[in-house]
Amino acid sequence: MATRTQPPPAPAGTEHDRAWTLVFLAWLIATASTLGALFFSEVMKLAPCELCWWQRIFMFPLVLVLPAGLFPFDPRVVRYAMPLALAGWGFAVFHWLLVMGVIPESIGPCVRGVPCSEVTFEWLGFINIPLLSVLAFSIIIVLLALTHIKVSK
Amino acid sequence: MKQKTLFILSAVILLLVFAGATLFYTSNKQEQTTEAVALNQANLLRMHSPTLGAAEAKVLIVEFFDPACETCRDFYPFVKQLMAAHPDHVRLAMRYTPFHEGSDHAVKVLEAARRQGKYWETLEALYAAQETWVIHHRVEPERMWDALAGVGLDMERVRQDMNTPEIAALIAQDMADAETLKVTKTPEFFVNGRPMPSFGYEQLQTLVEEAIAKNYRN
Repeated sequence: MATRTQPPPAPAGTEHDRAWTLVFLAWLIATASTLGALFFSEVMKLAPCELCWWQRIFMFPLVLVLPAGLFPFDPRVVRYAMPLALAGWGFAVFHWLLVMGVIPESIGPCVRGVPCSEVTFEWLGFINIPLLSVLAFSIIIVLLALTHIKVSK
Repeated sequence: MKQKTLFILSAVILLLVFAGATLFYTSNKQEQTTEAVALNQANLLRMHSPTLGAAEAKVLIVEFFDPACETCRDFYPFVKQLMAAHPDHVRLAMRYTPFHEGSDHAVKVLEAARRQGKYWETLEALYAAQETWVIHHRVEPERMWDALAGVGLDMERVRQDMNTPEIAALIAQDMADAETLKVTKTPEFFVNGRPMPSFGYEQLQTLVEEAIAKNYRN
């Protein structure tokens, strides 16, 4: 572990660039997801259900937190972003299991407005919004984990 | 620096895609509504709908509304102002889209009050006290009665009339027409069959003034 007051020295050369690219890709996923969510709610005027809000709470900040670690590159951004990604992933998985019928709606925490078990969109018979959310959070977690492995080598 | 360029470029591209998709979606939607209305003129106005204003007026505003909807309440004085500004030229027809939970109770009360000739007074009383009987976007039917105390309705008759099958059929017809016309949010206005290009007071006013200019040219 590096000292608490000084950030750990950034790895030099290509390793540094690769780690940067990983965080950058995570940012791309987070931003695309955020804009997608905003498109559903603000343009198509679909009211987000309660579980959707919880996932938004953890996805939206990544759009701003990740770039803070890109310029200049600071590998510690993984420490700040990972808890958000993990929490969001938890809600996304729960939501996905709910719409798949694995978890019954009665124990879902939906109280007002749109029921969370309602499937608003389905592409190819199995791709729905909660699944996209699970995928987005999963990819972000993997990218951040890879970044961590790269810089701690 | 290359990384900075890459980042800024990506951000710009993502935003452009978002803006493009938004533009595409809204113009598409607008077209669909206009088309649905053009194809289904008969669904726009039914004989059963309450109307306000001169029967021979050439400008007809059809309002799809929900008595439990806050925006409908906020729009109401503005619509009345518009009517007052053009007394002989504009007629208003009210159609029901009770999207809020339990809102059909409020519509039934309105229709029952209409049988006693107190439709507009009842609507105004319901709007004025809306926050007392719409709790968390849900209608509490028992709380509606207090709001109506000052209207002078025969409450016994209202309670009897509100559950008649004619009123239920009227609501079902309005809801079916709303679906055909792709009305998904309230209030939705059609001025001589034209929907608002986007939502707002000015847009409605413009539509009404354009229709008046077109129909009363002399």
